[in-house]
Amino acid sequence: MGFIWFWIVAVMIAAYVVLDGFDLGVGILFPVLACSEIERRTMIRSIGPVWDGNEVWLLAGGGTLFFAFPLLYASSFSGFYLPLMIVLWLLIGRGASIELRMHIDHEVWRSLYDGVFFVSSALLAIFFGAALANVIRGVPLAADETFFLPLWTNWRVGPNPGILDWYTVIGGVVALVALATHGALWLTLKAPGKLEDCARRAATWMWVALLVVTCISLPATVAVRPSLLNNYRAYPALFLVPALVIASLVGILSFTRQRKPLAAFLSSCLYLVFMLVGAAAGLYPILLPSSTDPARDITVANALTGPHSLYVGLIWWSFGLVLALIYFAVSYRLFRGKVSPEGSYGH
Amino acid sequence: MNALLLDRIHFGFTVTFHYLFPQLTMGLALLMVVMKLIALRTGDERWNQTARFWAKIFAINFLLGVVTGIPMEFQFGTNWSEFSRITGGVIGQPLAMEGVFAFFLESTFLGLFLFGEKRLSRLAHFGAAFMVWLGSWISGFFIIVTNAWMQHPVGQQLLPNGTYQVGSFWTFMLNPWAWLEYTHNMCGAVVTGAFVVAATGAFYVLEKKHEDFGKLFLKIGVISGLIACIVQIFPTGDMAGRFVAQNQPAAIAGMEGLFHSQAGAPIVLIGQPDDQKELIENPLAVNDVLSFLIYGTTRAQVKGLDAFPRNDWPTALPLLYYSYHIMAGLGTWFVLLMVVAAFLLWRGRLFRASWALWAILLSFPLPYIANTAGWMTAEIGRQPWLVYGLIRTAQGYSPHVSAGSALFTLLGFLGMYSLLSILWIVLVYRFISTGPEPTQTPLEAQAPTAG
Ligand code: HDD
Ligand code: HEM
Ligand code: HEM
Repeated sequence: MGFIWFWIVAVMIAAYVVLDGFDLGVGILFPVLACSEIERRTMIRSIGPVWDGNEVWLLAGGGTLFFAFPLLYASSFSGFYLPLMIVLWLLIGRGASIELRMHIDHEVWRSLYDGVFFVSSALLAIFFGAALANVIRGVPLAADETFFLPLWTNWRVGPNPGILDWYTVIGGVVALVALATHGALWLTLKAPGKLEDCARRAATWMWVALLVVTCISLPATVAVRPSLLNNYRAYPALFLVPALVIASLVGILSFTRQRKPLAAFLSSCLYLVFMLVGAAAGLYPILLPSSTDPARDITVANALTGPHSLYVGLIWWSFGLVLALIYFAVSYRLFRGKVSPEGSYGH
Repeated sequence: MNALLLDRIHFGFTVTFHYLFPQLTMGLALLMVVMKLIALRTGDERWNQTARFWAKIFAINFLLGVVTGIPMEFQFGTNWSEFSRITGGVIGQPLAMEGVFAFFLESTFLGLFLFGEKRLSRLAHFGAAFMVWLGSWISGFFIIVTNAWMQHPVGQQLLPNGTYQVGSFWTFMLNPWAWLEYTHNMCGAVVTGAFVVAATGAFYVLEKKHEDFGKLFLKIGVISGLIACIVQIFPTGDMAGRFVAQNQPAAIAGMEGLFHSQAGAPIVLIGQPDDQKELIENPLAVNDVLSFLIYGTTRAQVKGLDAFPRNDWPTALPLLYYSYHIMAGLGTWFVLLMVVAAFLLWRGRLFRASWALWAILLSFPLPYIANTAGWMTAEIGRQPWLVYGLIRTAQGYSPHVSAGSALFTLLGFLGMYSLLSILWIVLVYRFISTGPEPTQTPLEAQAPTAG
């Protein structure tokens, strides 16, 4: 049961990153790519009908985590109190700017929302990356499995680190670059004309940055938490995952070159998925490692709720997931194809 | 202020603000289904325009419901970590189900409803409206199952490590408190929706602009409002009161301001409770009525607050008493207003009776107040328990989050939500002053089109 729920939660988080990732990526590229009002509209329109549904994966994933691993939810959410609240404020700002922009057709208003949209998207990407890096590095769990982290200390990775240190900052940068690339590839798929060309050029450039930061982050991760390799040593087949990360990186570039935007976008999805799967496979069965004493790690075994809850959960979850997939299929099918640049922006 | 108190204010404030939006969207969702249904049956294009107009108001409220709802979901972990750790196996279940079954449904079909009218057939567009309604009402159901478990815990099982899991799924889901709370609460949402639609109609008719639409709004608002207001009091409100009396006797004593146990207990209509001297000042009370309402006989013995040790009393007693009286008082006003308005509508005089139109117009904030007061009644009445009979509120908060951090984020939310309120007022005002006439491009022009 623990194994199944670990992977259910991991898959839901990965789905969130892949789906909302391109929304955030569009936000990150917003001031760079779009030169005219029409282009800005097109960018927003490309995510307009879907971003809210994408964000629901965060809620559904969070709810599932809450119910399957209450201890993890309680400990990590209260331990990361301040950054989490900032994430919530950023999510409010991001959602409000996307929707409100459409409704008030006035230049000053629009630039305000454009600014909020960019800043909140970029910071969200950085925060999510840093959060994952915090989980990999571990936190100073006390005997009652709680912790408190200052925002920063001396930027070093020690037993009593801050939320931001050199490693978690790398995590934030990787997320920023990866999601920006992801967003650019989404735009090559959805945007027409000149914007598509711009997005393709941006994707090619971002790809170089992505290659560099990926190559830095993999050894850094092993240096910060060498025990991640234990699972890999025990099951060498797992080395396939990092290999697939590299393969999808290659895929992104070559498909972009060959003007196959869909294949390039899907490669980027796979890149994100395999990065996350690689981390999760290394951590399992640990959910939140302790930076001080491995005996205090929060693991699948000590965080899991009772068997009956989990059994019932499995039934409704499978059923609900099928429904969710149907909704997504319907929605993405209806809004498939390029976004049209024309059409007035009504109220 | 200590961290516990700040955490309570934090949660109370954010959830109260959040619920300003779902109460309208849940009510409007039902009314939009009715509008689309009438349009489908009669082929009258004006009803489609009516639905389109309300869809815009819906969308903006939905957005605010979404952005203020996300903090709710995460606050259990941030500010109430001990509560989450102990009960996550139980309340995490409906919260996760809400995400999986309701939010996906609602967000997807709202996209189709708002952006897809041109691409969908008339029937399919009606279907999208229906699914939005279904999603929002399922969402309300799961959140109420969660709350009902805190009010009246059933179906849970204690695990060896001191936490709870769901012991019996169906007992948990079929919690009688949940079904009662759900009907009463959803009906309250319809009241809000109906009053807002009717008040907008009254505004247009008084203003003599968009009068055709104003009349349609009044018609649908008054008829649905009448039904909802009556069901709100009887049977659902009446049953809720009796249920509280049976299961949370200290709460009902606090709600009614009954300090001393007695047979033939009176109902206090007006009066100010003094919880130090333990009496009601300036009471206007009717003897025997409370006994009758709860037990069906006028002589029944009703427990007063003196039957309970003081540390089991609801903590904010005067607030509890006033909340309850405000809810019930407004409920009475709603029925009076809607009966008169429906009578005038039936006789064909409503659109000329400007005093009645003014009364409807000025009443539109009142359902918001009544719904908020109702929730305050339920939540303050539950104190000092977090999960009634199982966990005290003081056991549930996050011990490692300092009062300073909690205050900082509370102030942050206050600031953020003030800005959101201003934006909300500006946008709704613009939509209402533009009106439902199809002078401008429909929202659909914003949708991506296939190429
Ligand atoms: C339009 C709003 C509205 C109106 C007019 C009323 N209520 Fe209400 N009431 C609510 C909206 C509401 C609510 C917001 O929906 C609550 C909060 C929790 C819940 O389930 O419903 C509620 C809760 C609530 C509770 C508390 C349940 C608990 O402690 O869990 C009682 C006893 C009543 N109601 C009784 C009444 C009575 C006797 C009314 C009429 C005279 C009445 N309500 C009118
Ligand atoms: C819109 C509806 C709601 C309103 C207006 C509301 C209002 C409040 C208020 C005023 C408090 C503070 C009570 C006090 O400290 O005396 C509170 C506390 C709380 N409520 Fe609610 N509530 C609502 C719905 C819910 C729901 C649906 C849940 C559960 C899923 C919930 C869970 C809690 C919790 C956990 C606390 C904190 C602990 C406590 O003080 O009891 N509330 N709420
Ligand atoms: C502790 C209490 C609550 C939590 C954790 C919570 C959580 C949430 C979340 C996360 C969303 C956003 C969903 C999305 O992205 O689509 C949301 C919206 C919504 N909530 Fe709440 N909520 C709470 C209280 C309530 C109450 C008391 C009700 C009504 C009974 C309610 C009804 C809704 C509805 C209908 C929506 C859909 C959005 C809308 O129509 O405005 N919620 N809520």
